[in-house]
Amino acid sequence: MTAANTANILSEPPVLRITPPQGWWEVDFHELWRFRELIYFFVWRDIKVRYKQTAIGAAWAILQPALTMIVFALFFGKLAHLPTEGLPILVFYYSGLLPWMYFSNSLTNATAAIVQNQGIITKVYFPRLALPISSVLSGLLDFAIGCLLLVPLMAYYRIRPGPSLLLLPVFLLLAVLMALGAGLWLSAMNALYRDVRYVVPFLVQFWLFASPVAYASSIVPVKYRWLYGLNPMAGVIEGFRWSLTGRGDPPGRMIIVSVLVVLVVFATGLIYFQKMESTVADVV
Amino acid sequence: MSDTVIRVEGIGKRYRVGGRESYRALRDVLSNAFRSNGKRSCRDFIWAVRDVSFEVKQGEVVGLIGRNGAGKSTLLKLLARITRPTVGHAELHGRIASLLEVGTGFHPELTGRENIFLSGAILGMSKAEIVRKFDEIVAFSEVERFIDTPFKHYSSGMGMRLAFAVAAHLEPEILLVDEVLSVGDARFQKKCLGKIEEVSRGGRTILFVSHSAAAITRLCSRCILLNSGRVEKDGPAHEVISVYLREVMVTSAFREWNGADAPGDSVVRLRAVRARKVDGTILDTFDIRQPIGIDVVFDVLEGGRDLTPNIHVFNQEGINVFVAIDQDPSWRRRARPAGRYTSTAWIPGNLLSEGYVTVGAAVTTMAPQNVRVYERDAVAFQVIDSTEGNSARGDYAGHLPGVFRPMLRWETTYEPKPAEWHSLGETVNGEKVLP
Repeated sequence: MTAANTANILSEPPVLRITPPQGWWEVDFHELWRFRELIYFFVWRDIKVRYKQTAIGAAWAILQPALTMIVFALFFGKLAHLPTEGLPILVFYYSGLLPWMYFSNSLTNATAAIVQNQGIITKVYFPRLALPISSVLSGLLDFAIGCLLLVPLMAYYRIRPGPSLLLLPVFLLLAVLMALGAGLWLSAMNALYRDVRYVVPFLVQFWLFASPVAYASSIVPVKYRWLYGLNPMAGVIEGFRWSLTGRGDPPGRMIIVSVLVVLVVFATGLIYFQKMESTVADVV
Repeated sequence: MSDTVIRVEGIGKRYRVGGRESYRALRDVLSNAFRSNGKRSCRDFIWAVRDVSFEVKQGEVVGLIGRNGAGKSTLLKLLARITRPTVGHAELHGRIASLLEVGTGFHPELTGRENIFLSGAILGMSKAEIVRKFDEIVAFSEVERFIDTPFKHYSSGMGMRLAFAVAAHLEPEILLVDEVLSVGDARFQKKCLGKIEEVSRGGRTILFVSHSAAAITRLCSRCILLNSGRVEKDGPAHEVISVYLREVMVTSAFREWNGADAPGDSVVRLRAVRARKVDGTILDTFDIRQPIGIDVVFDVLEGGRDLTPNIHVFNQEGINVFVAIDQDPSWRRRARPAGRYTSTAWIPGNLLSEGYVTVGAAVTTMAPQNVRVYERDAVAFQVIDSTEGNSARGDYAGHLPGVFRPMLRWETTYEPKPAEWHSLGETVNGEKVLP
């Protein structure tokens, strides 16, 4: 049989066992790896569809944060005179908005992932994890495009990134994991309770003001700094800004708390998601 | 090595009543938490599938039949891993693909080309595989010209063809098919059936869910009848289909009435109606080439009247295909004395189209005209078309519409170079036709 001969990454293991849900940890990373092409296609679909009917397409990925940057610079910078850690205000806001917008868009998309794909979920099997994962990954392209504006911006203000730039991927990874972890929770809950869809915009808005996007975390009193770090995006955004510009202090204790919170949210999200996964086709 | 590819042992799926209807709102969960005090009665649950066990061997084509809600689709969903069982387990050997609905994963904003890749990947094909089969898929779908047009501009027929073309090019060892026949037009349904037949000849294992007894008898060697989530019968397709028709459609190829509950009046009572072969064997399934005898057995209780039995034949769409009235010269226009009569009407072979046929039987007095007894669904049977090439379908395997399927006599005349070819300037085998 040809299907058996063609070395096929999606081909099933020789024996597939179907059993009732067992235990609280069933996440199968090997299976997820075998479905990596499907994740790729989901990412590809999300990106294609996102820009298919827009007039200026991917330029939105720069315009969105750039326009927000101007608004923030006007109101928070010029009118409210919030401190910007000695950075030029445009660089300060843009470097905070980039990771934030990646996070908030990914979180919103991941939340909707299960419900939006219910037509597929109720018809075909694949690891459901592929859906929130691909939502979070497809946001990275917008993020990368948005980063392009950083080059002229930093060149104009003559900010040269130092060796701290090497740590940038670490902060990005934290943002991805945080968006995925929270997205796992919210997408699973959204499948069960559609109320979540109305809650998320408020959550994102509240979260924005709880994160050092429009202000620097230095305005938070030092003794509450660790508490502030419980919001992992605080550590991520501060860290992102620091690694990019090399100005200010590296985020210390705050980032350790952030990493711990990210790991806890991600792990519990996986458990909750896979608990929902076995019955989602019945309830969605 | 065992050639069992599907082994299902005691599998069961329990649903909470209402749980499937719609999504829950947080409000309901909160209010329930106060109302129910955590107790939940067992009446809140239903078993869609319960205690189902069976094995399927390599290359078998197994039909799953049963009335609505019998658990057929749930069982298929369990095997397709779309939902998890509550109890029991199953083992599947080999790559699985499910055709629970064609067009899964199609996105309206993407072009035909893009959708082939997306849907192919969702249905389980690798990118390399899709690239390899791409041209074949496009050719099969007959939408070459629109392949770079967004899917939302496709007509529903084109969309369906493209969707099915993708699904048809999966090469699983185990194929799960659900109600493909319920989507699309008749031509498309038959195309699906034809493709499934082709796949099954390739030695693949197929589990096929359908309401259509005709489709199952044609495709499957074996059939499993589900009733209220349990296996009621598992065996050769024609036997299981007969049970299904008898129990679900409440008709079979043989009906008998005893005593006073027999349909009729004080003059005539129907005793039995049978569908049989020439040699007298009662059958549920007739080869299209076979003559079918319909026996109408009736008792005349009051002699002295002119009585004429007649039969009314309906196809599975409920169309009254024809009515046949007894023409036997020995009893025509003759007063019948009391006694038991058996009248047999012979439906010739190669007349009825394939499918599920019901026959109503009646006895009528002609002068004055009066229907003494009429039993609408007296008997039912299947007519199946042969694939051997000597029925009216010849070598054609696709969909043949029509209520009749007669074997007509065909004649051919042949003329190598008709006179008007010259004046029209036709070319034959590349040469101009000369006078």
